[in-house]
Amino acid sequence: MTRLRAEDLTLAYDQRTVAEGLGVVIPDGSFTVIVGPNACGKSTLLKALARMLKPRAGAVYLDGEAISSYKSKEVARRLGLLPQTSIAPGGITVGELVARGRYPHQRLLKQWSAQDEAVVTDAMRLTNVLELSDRMLDELSGGQRQRVWLAMVLAQETTILLLDEPTTFLDIAHQVEVLDLCADLHEEGGHTLVAVLHDLNQACRYATHLIAMKPGQGIVAQGDPSEIVTAELVEDVFGLPCRVVPDPETGTPLVVPLKRQRVPAAESLTAL
Amino acid sequence: MSAPARERAAVRGRVVRTAHVSFRVAERAVVVCLALLAVVVGVGLVTLTTGDFELTVPEVVKALLGQGDGASDFIVLTLRLPRLVTGLLVGAALAVSGAILQSLSGNPLASPDIIGFVQGSATGAILVIVLADGSMVQIGAGAVVGGVATSAVVYVLAFKQGVQGFRLILIGIGVSFVMLSLNKYLITRASLSDAIAAQAWQVGGLNGRGWEHAQVVGAAAAVLLPLALYFGRRLALMEMGDSTAKGLGVDSERTRLALIAISVGLAAVATAAAGPVSFLALAAPQLARRLTGSSGAGLVPAALMGALLLTAGDLAVQRLFSPAQLPVGIATGALGGLYLIWLLAHEWRRGVAR
Repeated sequence: MTRLRAEDLTLAYDQRTVAEGLGVVIPDGSFTVIVGPNACGKSTLLKALARMLKPRAGAVYLDGEAISSYKSKEVARRLGLLPQTSIAPGGITVGELVARGRYPHQRLLKQWSAQDEAVVTDAMRLTNVLELSDRMLDELSGGQRQRVWLAMVLAQETTILLLDEPTTFLDIAHQVEVLDLCADLHEEGGHTLVAVLHDLNQACRYATHLIAMKPGQGIVAQGDPSEIVTAELVEDVFGLPCRVVPDPETGTPLVVPLKRQRVPAAESLTAL
Repeated sequence: MSAPARERAAVRGRVVRTAHVSFRVAERAVVVCLALLAVVVGVGLVTLTTGDFELTVPEVVKALLGQGDGASDFIVLTLRLPRLVTGLLVGAALAVSGAILQSLSGNPLASPDIIGFVQGSATGAILVIVLADGSMVQIGAGAVVGGVATSAVVYVLAFKQGVQGFRLILIGIGVSFVMLSLNKYLITRASLSDAIAAQAWQVGGLNGRGWEHAQVVGAAAAVLLPLALYFGRRLALMEMGDSTAKGLGVDSERTRLALIAISVGLAAVATAAAGPVSFLALAAPQLARRLTGSSGAGLVPAALMGALLLTAGDLAVQRLFSPAQLPVGIATGALGGLYLIWLLAHEWRRGVAR
């Protein structure tokens, strides 16, 4: 039994078809990462899983029912989404922003129950932003801000979290900080995570389940990264000749691009 | 879960909690709203007591309770009160209309008087004045039809693809100029008396506003303002972008359409009653936001600020330029223009688009 899956999805923007015939099963309790070159449709797939994009054909199923058959608020109580870009409202404090994550649990007359407050506090503690709660969001660094947005999604109290490129715009230290936090949420918080990541090595290190996509062909491999990531797969998907060695730190696959080959054309260039 | 004894609240604000109801409100916003309300009441009292015929507060209260003598009854209930009530409602309606659009588009320039809704209402009203020589009610209906039609055009051209503040404003300004030229053309084609009536209506003001105006705006406000407040919480989430709002469980397409419809309705009815009052819809929400210092659309403080600005402006033009009956639209236009210049210069310096 898996809570989130998609069957035979065709994804398209207006006239342009991005991917066809996608079948995805997100294993419960996994940290699933979707990888692939630009324009392979990885973010589009995540958007479809989060019901942000209506598939041209096929359907996404959440807890056995088509996700489109739920009310918007009901989905938001079961599945949280961190979009690639969110607009920070002007003049908002960290605490207020995280509190907005409670919206799907609130009603007209019950807008700030004791439980709301407890969950928001917990979410901020988990993401290590509780001390910042009175600070203005726009005063914070990029990494801190991303942790605040994550706290807002956590305040939704959903087991499933979808993260669309959560590390873009962050420097390497903050990328690792955010991914470590995601790993904590997965291992200790029991969350099912689905993330789109650009960096293949980061994907291999953090993912328990990897989905590799290729432009025009959809999903070409899925499974445990240490089982599916090979030099052949990387060359096929990214067109990158490489070696795959064990990550000295974690033992997970580490993709190392091959040294530049001198080709005759380049030699003739130097001869000029 | 055993929390260590009563720690500091994670989110600031005064919390009200009973078995069935719970709220959190920012204290500063509450204080600002109460202060605005007090000033509005003060302006109202000055409006009702002063003028060519001075009345005392007890006389006014008696008249309000229906126990005044004939003269004060007439002055308060027939002359001053309907004008005051119309001003309060028009101010509040315009401010909420502007607050919604500014919040949806994330841009303070997106207000119904900048992006053509008000000019479209004026076109509808002038058409009725010039072609049909219509009554006040018909002029009002023309304004509503004109406003709704114009906003539908702007919506189709600019809003379809989601919140794109800049595009909305540019298209809105374009549409607004088309409507302005149309209005001018209509006036040149009109008879002299129609042209004077249309011109007078076009400045926007509260001169000679009676209960028939107050009732129309009152009825619309009674329906649309509670709806606006109901959608206000979703509006705050929509500010964070469509994906984020949808992720939190807001049906963003439908919510946006509903909010725009409310905003257009408020602006059109306000324009029908008081003519195109300029800059109020732009300035009131921004001033309220700066006073409360809080995030979100802040519809209640915006409404109070709008009501205050319009009634205070009307009081000023009535008393300062008496006996000339200057329309309040001229005052809001002059002050609002200065505010707009300051706003643009200020935002420019900050180098931020919102």
